[in-house]
Amino acid sequence: MPHRANKLADNPTVLRYALVAPAVFVILLIGLYPLIKLAVTSVQNVTMFGTDTSFHGAVHYARLFGDERLWAALWNTIWFTAIALPIELVLGYLLALLFLHPIPFRRTLIAIILLPTVISPIVAGATWRLMLDQRFGPVNQIIGWIVGRDVEILWTINPSLVWPAVLVAEVWQWTPFMFLILLAALSNMDREQLEAAEVDGAGAWTVFRKIVLPAIMPVVFIAVLIRGLDLFRVFDVIWTMTQGGPGTRTETISIYAYQMAFREFEISYSAAIAFLVIVLLTVAVIWALRRVEVAR
Amino acid sequence: MRRWEHGWRLVLRMILALAIALFFVFPIYWLASISFKSPEEIFAYPPVWVPAELNVSAYIALFRDGDAWAVWNSLVTAGLSTVIAMILGTLAAYGIVRYRTGGENLTIWIISQRMIPPICVAFPIFLLFVALGLIDTFVGLITLYTAFNLPYVIWMMRGYIQDIPLELEQSALVDGLSRWAVITKVIIPMARGGFFATAVFTFIFAWNDFLFALVLTRSEVVTYPVQVTGYFGSQSTFWSQIGAMSMLGVLPMMVVVATMQRFIVRGMSMGAVKG
Repeated sequence: MPHRANKLADNPTVLRYALVAPAVFVILLIGLYPLIKLAVTSVQNVTMFGTDTSFHGAVHYARLFGDERLWAALWNTIWFTAIALPIELVLGYLLALLFLHPIPFRRTLIAIILLPTVISPIVAGATWRLMLDQRFGPVNQIIGWIVGRDVEILWTINPSLVWPAVLVAEVWQWTPFMFLILLAALSNMDREQLEAAEVDGAGAWTVFRKIVLPAIMPVVFIAVLIRGLDLFRVFDVIWTMTQGGPGTRTETISIYAYQMAFREFEISYSAAIAFLVIVLLTVAVIWALRRVEVAR
Repeated sequence: MRRWEHGWRLVLRMILALAIALFFVFPIYWLASISFKSPEEIFAYPPVWVPAELNVSAYIALFRDGDAWAVWNSLVTAGLSTVIAMILGTLAAYGIVRYRTGGENLTIWIISQRMIPPICVAFPIFLLFVALGLIDTFVGLITLYTAFNLPYVIWMMRGYIQDIPLELEQSALVDGLSRWAVITKVIIPMARGGFFATAVFTFIFAWNDFLFALVLTRSEVVTYPVQVTGYFGSQSTFWSQIGAMSMLGVLPMMVVVATMQRFIVRGMSMGAVKG
């Protein structure tokens, strides 16, 4: 260490914790109590009719295993995440490639494409409900022009179309997020390295795999993780479009937990559901993180 | 110097870019047009694409009834929580990258805080806020959004700070800069593109939140998504108010994207000075 650096009053041990402490404090402030409260409530028996705070053991957890509606909701959530996430990632990447090089009105077009991401998912859901309305919506009108006759497709009512409808709204809103993150990552790449590889005659796929992918991987990983977690708890857009219907066709784990807590006031049971979800997510994410850390 | 590709390739890319932009903006146009349509036009068949005249009665009603205050409440809560989260988050990310504070466990714990679906903790947080007297207050909502956005900020900034060569920092320290000056004069400018992108999305996350605002506000700090859902009646849905309130909520965001974009996109490529 050079001499002049030593004279600074930068004590590494103090800094090490002082930098991180305020953030951790705020996260703990909001993050710790709810978890304890959830753990306690889930072994009591709090419902709309009674606040029975005596110890009930694992009755609510036992109930989880026989709850078919819960497992259907969980399956819906996993399935929805597994389909929407790759679509958003690939579309976002293609969009980023399209806008990586200068084209006229680049900034304006990027700003326009970012608009869906800045509106509330509540509004996005309402917008697509309007768009997909069987009579007053423009989507059926446009399909009608293409097929040459009037159509009345019941997007948010027909059980086999309701998931695609939600998927369109979700992909429409969040592909721009992937786009922006990937555009940033691609713009940060070393141009000379790319050009050198191209001069050396490396094919497009080789360049992508050997140079582009490793360079953008850290950012892609974080973007996928964050979008994946957001998709797993998707609530607002489905709530405005279908309320989980028809029946329980589009019920996700968040919609089901909401129904249990705020419609049926099964506070203790919903706390057990919340705990199940938190445990599942924690296991899945730690598994994913370890895999990536090992791969690095 | 701008190098544009020549000929039909550029034209093709331009057409593709325009079509994509149209796909993303058309639903928003549709929502905007709803806010200006007369009731007959909203429920016309076949659908009317352009309202015959700009009918602003829905907007007038929002300002007359004071519903428009919700946009101000959203600005204050999302804005202040973003500023606080960016400051605390960047410092924490720097600490984690340079001093490896808490090791891998701390970073995993931090991201685990963002995994928890809001619906799972909404009820306990409601009880906590009742006990602390924070229901329907700016302080309560700002603290909550700060806490919920910090994991995102720390994770994104961690990625961007990792990309900055250590030698740059060391030479700054050799030049006599303090650690604080290194963060404000080296780290943040170097990671500027990422910093502003993170800030913009942090703002958006807080701006978009519906569930917490619904549970934790009553009348004083009702935010704009909560106000919008107020028009979904059980008997009928007030589409013109939904459209107008949504547009009031979307307009400030358009300004944010338009003004911050210079930093977001151009800054991203300029921040990429690699050693």
